[in-house]
Amino acid sequence: MLTRPDRATIVTLLAPPTVWALHFLTAYILAAIACAKGWDPGSVRLVIAAATAAALVFIALAARAAHRHTGFTADTPPHDDPTRGARMRQMGAATFLVAALSFVAVIFTSLPAVFIPDCR
Amino acid sequence: MSDDLSRDTLAEAQAARLRKVWATPRGWRYWSAVNNTEVGIWYIVTSFGFFLFAGVLALIVRAQLAVPQNDLVSPEFYNQAFTLHGTMMMFLFAVPIFEAVAILLLPQMLAARDLPFPRLSAFGFWCFLIGGSFVAGSIFFDAAPASGWFMYPSLATNKDLAGIGADIWLLGLSFIEVASIAAAVELIVGVLKCRPPGMRIHLMPLYCWYVLIVAGMILFAFPPLIAGDILFELQRMFDWPFFDPDRGGDPVLWQHLFWIFGHPEVYIIFLPSIALMAMIVPTFSQVPITGYGWIVLAAVGTGFLSFGLWAHHMYTTGLPALSLGFFSAASEAVAIPTGVQIFVFIATMATGRVIFSVPMLFAAGALAVFVFGGLTGVMVALAPFDWQAHDTHFVVAHLHYTLIGGMLLPLIAGLYYFFPFATKRMLSARLGTWAFWLIFTGFNITFLPMHFTGLRGMPRRVFTYPAGHGWDWLNLISTFGAYIMAIGVLVVVVDVVRALRHGPPAPRNPWNAGTLEWTVETTDENWGVRSVPQISSRYPLWDQPGVLDEMDRGQGYLPDAAAGKRETLITGVLDATPEQVQRLPANSFRPLAAAIFIGTCFIAATFEWWWLAAAGGIIGIGVILGWLWTGTARPPEAATMDAGRGLTLPLYASGPRSVGWWAMCITMVGDATAFISLIFGYFFYWTIHAEFPPPQATGPGLVWPAIAAATGLAAWAAVLAARHANRTGRVAMARLALMAGAGLTIASIAAGAAAILTTGLDPVVHVYDATVWVLVIWTALHLAAGVLMQLYCLARSLAGHMTPVHDIDIQNVTLYWHFAGVTLAVTMAVIGLFPLASG
Ligand code: HEM
Ligand SMILES: [Cu+2]
Repeated sequence: MLTRPDRATIVTLLAPPTVWALHFLTAYILAAIACAKGWDPGSVRLVIAAATAAALVFIALAARAAHRHTGFTADTPPHDDPTRGARMRQMGAATFLVAALSFVAVIFTSLPAVFIPDCR
Repeated sequence: MSDDLSRDTLAEAQAARLRKVWATPRGWRYWSAVNNTEVGIWYIVTSFGFFLFAGVLALIVRAQLAVPQNDLVSPEFYNQAFTLHGTMMMFLFAVPIFEAVAILLLPQMLAARDLPFPRLSAFGFWCFLIGGSFVAGSIFFDAAPASGWFMYPSLATNKDLAGIGADIWLLGLSFIEVASIAAAVELIVGVLKCRPPGMRIHLMPLYCWYVLIVAGMILFAFPPLIAGDILFELQRMFDWPFFDPDRGGDPVLWQHLFWIFGHPEVYIIFLPSIALMAMIVPTFSQVPITGYGWIVLAAVGTGFLSFGLWAHHMYTTGLPALSLGFFSAASEAVAIPTGVQIFVFIATMATGRVIFSVPMLFAAGALAVFVFGGLTGVMVALAPFDWQAHDTHFVVAHLHYTLIGGMLLPLIAGLYYFFPFATKRMLSARLGTWAFWLIFTGFNITFLPMHFTGLRGMPRRVFTYPAGHGWDWLNLISTFGAYIMAIGVLVVVVDVVRALRHGPPAPRNPWNAGTLEWTVETTDENWGVRSVPQISSRYPLWDQPGVLDEMDRGQGYLPDAAAGKRETLITGVLDATPEQVQRLPANSFRPLAAAIFIGTCFIAATFEWWWLAAAGGIIGIGVILGWLWTGTARPPEAATMDAGRGLTLPLYASGPRSVGWWAMCITMVGDATAFISLIFGYFFYWTIHAEFPPPQATGPGLVWPAIAAATGLAAWAAVLAARHANRTGRVAMARLALMAGAGLTIASIAAGAAAILTTGLDPVVHVYDATVWVLVIWTALHLAAGVLMQLYCLARSLAGHMTPVHDIDIQNVTLYWHFAGVTLAVTMAVIGLFPLASG
């Protein structure tokens, strides 16, 4: 769905931040349980790293699809014509921006796992 | 020429019919109105009244803090005053005013006749008025909540320390939260489905984007608080130990549930005001907003990220540093989309030629104040700094900079901007300027010094303080500033009251704005728009020269009310292609009656008058059923109607094409969020205990949960079968399936009851037992509602309102059952299977 060139909808717009939310919850819940139950922090960090990689890949794909929807800069914003095509380019542009933000936010979220080694 | 004449008489006749259908009732029947033009105004006036009330409380608090060792008010009263101040500002002013303004503005902005569920708006308003007066009035009986607006256990759960005030807080506000969710549903469906033809999603005003995001946030933020309220009340009333460490509970669970709500709440408050700025700034710059896509990014981004911040209110509860790290990171990340919004406004102002006016003055002041509050926000988002500043007046200063800069000042800007829209009169520019400078300087004089008292260690929520800590004169200045600010607010009030009578009449579109709400007529017409336009621009009034005239002459869609019914246009989500003409319910006292009885239920429960509560609840449900029966899903007299401009549209649509289906789906998302919060509680206890369920616990076993699941899922299947049979014309079969479904559901409820009653689980003894009880009761209540719905459909079918073609009822009930079924399956798996997995 994300790579279909003719679809830019509210769902594609919300997909990247949803991935951020899932990644955030995974990291937080995993760390909380690990610290409460005394699991090995090393392997938890590995899982978080894997989740981060997966999230980043997904968001990057979504961003690429969105970028395609913008029409590859054939046409610059604000895309405010009353046409279906302009609607799609506009949604694509917004999705692309949202994906970029989600990308950065996922990296932000994973940084504590890099820098904080244990549960103190 | 005679052609013209007959066209004119036709238009006149149409207008007369519309006027009659949309007329506001007179006399005592006025209070049966459900139209957004009335309900929106009531809502705004009420929440603004609560704001003034809460402001007076703040002035009392400030007076008490003016000098050290002051004994102006008693400590008991002080606690009630600041708790009620915070509570009312957040729950009775900031959120409701968003809903109020949106209910008033949205229909006109979308050139819709009204939002899709006018009675729901009215119901929400009455709930708000009743619940709000109850909470606010409690202070006159020395019974107001006194444990701070976040009501931390174990102080607030203790009946001796926190008397009835805590119950008033919990039940009164839960009641209002229900109203907020109702409004959120209404607003989401309104924005998605009620736009004028041609207003594709990328052409809709930015305000609509914000409404969509904020209403969506309410759906995910309020239910956790409702779940928390339920646990809290169960502890207070029946001594179930959710937050009691001695019996396996934990007060931190409350903090999680509260702040999962509480942090997004701050953005739920902030974004709608920014949305007002997004309408004001382009108008006074006389250019389209720069970077429409960027604003969508900012709204969506803030909406999401703000959910990842809740634990930054919990830095000092001893969570592991790693957990805190995630929240700190997310807190810093949210500065990005927030900053984007500010930059977009600045860029827009830079591209246009800014006309300085009162709304712009407030908007500019808001930006300045908010940016300052944001800077201290970045400071407290860093855990080590927060460990120092936590619960000092530094936090009070920070939160008021963001709330007043991010919410109150933009709102007053909106008041000056939209006053002519709502009242057809202008406010005074001179008084407005005075008000601005009084509020702006008063505000800074009040809250700037609090940064310093806070850094010098003055704790918040203290009733008084000793002299000689360097706090004295700073506090005196603060108090002085608060009264200057109050004078400023008073000037606004005076201006509004004066202008209602004596303000100069507003010309049409007085600010030369570009969006559709300014098509509002200068005479009192309640039809919203004379006819619905075809849209082809983000700023139709700027870019579509003939559009206003066309609308006024009845040349758009729906120029008539031939059937004598209220009607509005339903369009597609993405491209706003016309899909259906929706019949809207007319004025009715039913929403008011329903609110009174449901309110009675909540209020009586506060005093533990159980019989009255039960009576109120049952009658209330009866009234709601009557309201649904008479007001919704009525088969129309014809399949289609002429919508004008040569367009013929259906009058009835069911399933995903009906607005009711969307409303059900959205409500269920909120419901599922509350359920997930309860499940979260179960696993939270599992993480904090070495063994959960505890070794001595008995647990519900496997048999009863399995029976409950099997019968309940069979009931779900029966509902599906009923829908299918009805669709395919086998009506008798459908009725049978509904009956069978009701029987199976009741069996499932009984098995659930057996699971907790016969297996020795005692909710007072340990939190494990209590949690299982709560999950089962939650599920059983949903199944009970499911029975009611099955029987309702059966009755509708027997009465001939539900037929193979007209099947909205069963479609929506099936949708409900999808959620109820999943709730049931998850509950039974958790209580039945999880003990095996972890044991
Ligand atoms: C109108 C001018 C206002 C003044 C002079 C004022 C003053 C105060 C003061 C002095 C406190 C601290 C009480 C204490 O810790 O002992 C406080 C707390 C608070 N205020 Fe305001 N306030 C004002 C407006 C607002 C607004 C507009 C909002 C929200 C929309 C708000 C929300 C809160 C909240 C949530 C608290 C925390 C209450 C608690 O600790 O339980 N205030 N206010
Ligand atoms: Cu926060």
